[in-house]
Amino acid sequence: MYELRDVMKRYTQKNRIVDALRGVNLTIGEGELVAIQGPTGGGKSTLLQLLGAMDRPTSGSIALDGLELAGLSESARTDVRARTVGFVFQGFNLIPTLTAQQNVETGLVPLGLGAAERAERAAQALADVGLAERAAHMPDELSGGQQQRVAIARALAKRPRVLLADEPTGNLDERTRDEIMAMIERLWQDQGLTIVIVTHDSWVARRAQRQLWISDGVVTEKTGGRGPKASTATVR
Amino acid sequence: MTLGWDVLLPILWESLGETLYMVSVTLLVGGFAGLLLGLALYTTRKGNLFASGPGFTVLNVLVNIVRPIPFIIFITAIGPLTLAVVGTTIGTQAAIFPMTLMATFATSRIVEQNLVALDPGVIEAARAMGASRLRIVATVLVPEALGPLILGYTFLFVGIVDMSAMVGAIGGGGLGDFAIVYGYQRFNWQVTFITVVVIVVIVQLAQWLGNTLARRVLRR
Repeated sequence: MYELRDVMKRYTQKNRIVDALRGVNLTIGEGELVAIQGPTGGGKSTLLQLLGAMDRPTSGSIALDGLELAGLSESARTDVRARTVGFVFQGFNLIPTLTAQQNVETGLVPLGLGAAERAERAAQALADVGLAERAAHMPDELSGGQQQRVAIARALAKRPRVLLADEPTGNLDERTRDEIMAMIERLWQDQGLTIVIVTHDSWVARRAQRQLWISDGVVTEKTGGRGPKASTATVR
Repeated sequence: MTLGWDVLLPILWESLGETLYMVSVTLLVGGFAGLLLGLALYTTRKGNLFASGPGFTVLNVLVNIVRPIPFIIFITAIGPLTLAVVGTTIGTQAAIFPMTLMATFATSRIVEQNLVALDPGVIEAARAMGASRLRIVATVLVPEALGPLILGYTFLFVGIVDMSAMVGAIGGGGLGDFAIVYGYQRFNWQVTFITVVVIVVIVQLAQWLGNTLARRVLRR
C-alpha cells in the first residue's frame, strides 16, 4: 500500500530548523492495521500528514499504490485525498452548523456525486457507524463518541482505501474509547481498509496488528502487537 | 432669510435619495471587494490555505497604511485618482469612489477578524476530505463565518453612513451636504436636527435588519 524511502521533513519555525522526520523507511501492506506511538513532537502527526498527502516531504519518496506522492501538485494531492484517503481527528472537526447527515455528505462533495447519491451514501455510512437515527442532529447535540462516529462515517462514506486517524480516542473517556476502537476494528475487517492510527494510548496501540514507534523523526518497529491479520482473534 | 419647509422638504427628500444611493453602492461594491481582500488577508497567513509570507505582508501593510487615514483627508488625498477614474471630483458619483475604497479596506479587517475566530480543525478536515482550496473558501470559510460577518457588515453600514455625511463637506451631495448647506451655513438648527433624526432612523433600521438576519443565520 505504502512504500516510504528516506523520507525527510524539515520545517523552519521562527528561524529555527526542525527536522520532524529524518530518513523514514517504511512499508505498510494492504489491509494492515498499524498503530504509531511516540513522544509529542517526535514526528507522528507529520508522518500521518505525509501519508495522507496533506503535505509533501522535503526529500525522499512516498509511494501510495505505486503513485509517487512527493512530486504531486497541490491539486493532484487534493484528488488523492478526495478518493483514496479518509482522515479522522482527535477533535472530530465536524462543521458545527451542519447536521450529522450534512457533515457526512461534505466528504462526498469532492467526488462530484449527485445530491441523491450523496444523501444515500451518507445515510448508509451513518448506519454503518450505528447513528442512523441521529442523522438530523447537530454536532453539539451529540456526545463526543457520537461526534467521532459521525467523523468516521464522513471519512468512510467515499469508500477510501486508507483510513488515517490522529489520536481518534484522545478526547474520549475509556468506555467510549473502547466502543470507537471496536467499531474501527469491525470496519477494518468488513471493508478491507488499511488503517494507520497515531495514538498516545498503549491500550489502543496494542489492539493494532503492528506497532511502530517514532521518536526524533526515526521510525522503529515494536514487537508485541497482534501479529498477522489471520490471527486477529487472539491478542498476544 | 430662512427657507420654509415647502422648499426644504423636496431637497431633503432628494438628499436622502443620494445618501441611500451612495451608501448602497459603497456597501455592495466595497463590501464585496473587502470580502475578497479579507479572505486574501486570512488565507495568506502562515500555515493557512494560500500561505504566503510576502503576499500577506504586502496586503497587511497596504491595509494598515490606508485604514488610519482620516476619511476627510483621504478624499482629498486620492483626488487625482478619483479624477482619473470617475472624471470629476465633485458630486455623488465622485464621492462613491473614495467611499468604496475606504470601505473595502475597512471591510477586509472585519472579515479577517471574523475568520480568525473559526476553528482551524474544520479547515483541516475539509482539506483532508479532498476539498479544493477555493471550494473550502466558498463552502466552509464564508458560510461558517456568515452570522458574525452580517453583524460586521451592519457595523460597516454605520461607518459608511458616516462617510457619506462627510463627503457632503466636499460637494458630494446627500444628507451631510444638506445639513451643512441648509442647516449649518444658514444657522438653521432645525434643519440640522431633522437631518440627524433621519440619519438615526436609517441606522436603526439597518441595525435591526442586520440583527434579524444574523440571528436567523446563527440559528440554522
